[in-house]
Amino acid sequence: MVWKIGLFLLLSFVSIAGIAFPIVENPTSWYHFPLIPGLEENAKIIFFHVPTAWLTVVAFLMSTIFSIKYLRKRNLDDDAKSYAAAQLGIIFCILATVTGAVWAKFAWGSFWNWDPRQTSIFALLLIYGAWFALRSAIEQEDKRASLSAVYSIIAFMTVPFFIFIMPRIMAGLHPGSADDTNAGPVVDFKMNGNMQLIFFLSLIGFTILYFWMWKIGYRSILLKEKINKQFIRG
Amino acid sequence: MKAYALFRKDLHSELRTRYAVNSLAMFIIVAISVILFSIGQERINENLTAGLYWVVIFFSAMSGLARAFVSEEERGTSLTLQLIASPSTVFSGKLIFNLALVFAMNTVISLLYAALFEGFVLQNFVLFLITFVLGNIGLAVSSTIIAAIIAKAGSKGTLYPVLSFPILLPLILTSVSLTLNSINGTSFEDSIFEIAIVACYDIIMISTSYMLFDFIWKD
Amino acid sequence: MSNYSVKAENINKTFGRRLIFNNLNFNFLNCGIFGITGPNGSGKSTLVKIIAGVNAPSLGKIIHENEGEKIIPEKLHNHIGFVSPYLFLYDEFTAQENLSYTADIRKIKLNQEKVDYLLNEFLLYNRRHDSVKTYSSGMKQRLKFIFALMHEPQLVILDEPTSNLDEKGKESVYKIVEEEGKKNIVIIASNENQDLTLCHSTLALEDYKNQN
Repeated sequence: MVWKIGLFLLLSFVSIAGIAFPIVENPTSWYHFPLIPGLEENAKIIFFHVPTAWLTVVAFLMSTIFSIKYLRKRNLDDDAKSYAAAQLGIIFCILATVTGAVWAKFAWGSFWNWDPRQTSIFALLLIYGAWFALRSAIEQEDKRASLSAVYSIIAFMTVPFFIFIMPRIMAGLHPGSADDTNAGPVVDFKMNGNMQLIFFLSLIGFTILYFWMWKIGYRSILLKEKINKQFIRG
Repeated sequence: MKAYALFRKDLHSELRTRYAVNSLAMFIIVAISVILFSIGQERINENLTAGLYWVVIFFSAMSGLARAFVSEEERGTSLTLQLIASPSTVFSGKLIFNLALVFAMNTVISLLYAALFEGFVLQNFVLFLITFVLGNIGLAVSSTIIAAIIAKAGSKGTLYPVLSFPILLPLILTSVSLTLNSINGTSFEDSIFEIAIVACYDIIMISTSYMLFDFIWKD
Repeated sequence: MSNYSVKAENINKTFGRRLIFNNLNFNFLNCGIFGITGPNGSGKSTLVKIIAGVNAPSLGKIIHENEGEKIIPEKLHNHIGFVSPYLFLYDEFTAQENLSYTADIRKIKLNQEKVDYLLNEFLLYNRRHDSVKTYSSGMKQRLKFIFALMHEPQLVILDEPTSNLDEKGKESVYKIVEEEGKKNIVIIASNENQDLTLCHSTLALEDYKNQN
């Protein structure tokens, strides 16, 4: 219980600090953020957008790991865990896409540019969508579990390609891209100490929030199955 | 070879029923004529030519390649296959069949394309040939394994392109830029990175498919 | 007489979270006719598929041994003949083509003598060059026996062997089953009393329904 209050305080602090702390050219006070040329006020999205993108990937990874586990042990609980992770994954994926697009409107002038990162998150969104479409098409529980597990592993195999190909085929605009000269690798040295601190606090806070949500999601899937079973038996 | 015998059986069956070939041939004609109608007298640039070439290939593949497994599942003959062949033999046999189909289909598409599109002039033919071969292998492998999933999922038409597209996306994007390179006459050395990516894609998909096919095939 | 054995160790099968059967053990040796019986939905077809290696059990394992050596799953299909209502042969091919493609895919030489003998035995010899889609359901059923026996398997699994068959067809099936039962292991899953009288011992599936 205590950790839930702690998490609430942490995320409240991150939200307030991330939005309210001023960006100045020469940071003097502890609460000043540095000015990153080319990003300016837009830089503040890093506290909310990057964690969602990070959790999209974490959820995808967890879903794949539990899929592999299901194929090895054939335990339907692993399938429920994988499903719970993917459910959160698609929510965070949509959040990352939307926040990214809104930010792009102000930073680049249009919502969608087919930047490598945008293309990759779009591909991830398609994979999630296809995965849920596949699951809803199969009635039988264990067939659904094994086929969707196989699909998520195959889909996972394509992820490295997006990391390597996209930047080569299209020019990158996203901060942190290899050919991004003005905003450079943002996380490493353009941020000052307190900005990094809040960024990592936000990352940690959102990750804990994710695991909490995942556990609740998993439990609710199990309960739903239990109710369905009782219902069938009358 | 056992897989080759399975391929011969499929080929014979296909020649008798003409399920896949007929729909494929019609699909190619429809897709190319729609594109020709919509561009009218315009001369389209190389970018669009290369892109549309792979659009036609993708959708034609989606219309025909699922048959390999769906036809077995529909007629209930997959149990028969399970009783006479090991899973790896079945996958190899179906893969050979789909490879033959993809190569035949893409040769026809390429010839039609060369005849009908002014922009489709290849400056670097060797590069195009390499793209063609590697791209076809990747396309056949991915669509075969997805076809196996689709057949077992029991939902035939609509889900196939939905599941295949994200898996094929890296292959198609790279192949489009390689095709563009061969139209532009970019040298072989400048395209080596993309060729390596397509080759890696083929190898990764082949090994993943063989590893996972058992789980799909046995229910 | 073959030197073949099928052993089940604590087989358990669940569909999703529904239990089909539990804690199933048996050991079939060398030769003989064994029956599996149970009401509809008790999992007869599922069990024979598990024995044939087509389906996987949820827990436990089936061990096939030939000449004292374990058979790996990749090669299992060469030792098994299988007849089932869920089995279908290729409609667009003739009986002869079906059998010769089967032999090719198995990579064995088609034993035409044996095939001709079986075709005669099951009264299909005159129709062997007609495509299967022109066959009646009884003829299709008889063709399945030829498909199952042509490669001389050591384990013959028959799921409802006499469904769709007339008296004459049943007679030829019983004759072949008795012949095979002297050399090989025959497993019959059926509810027909006539089928089960052939069996040396039977296993009733409703005995394996309890949760622990």
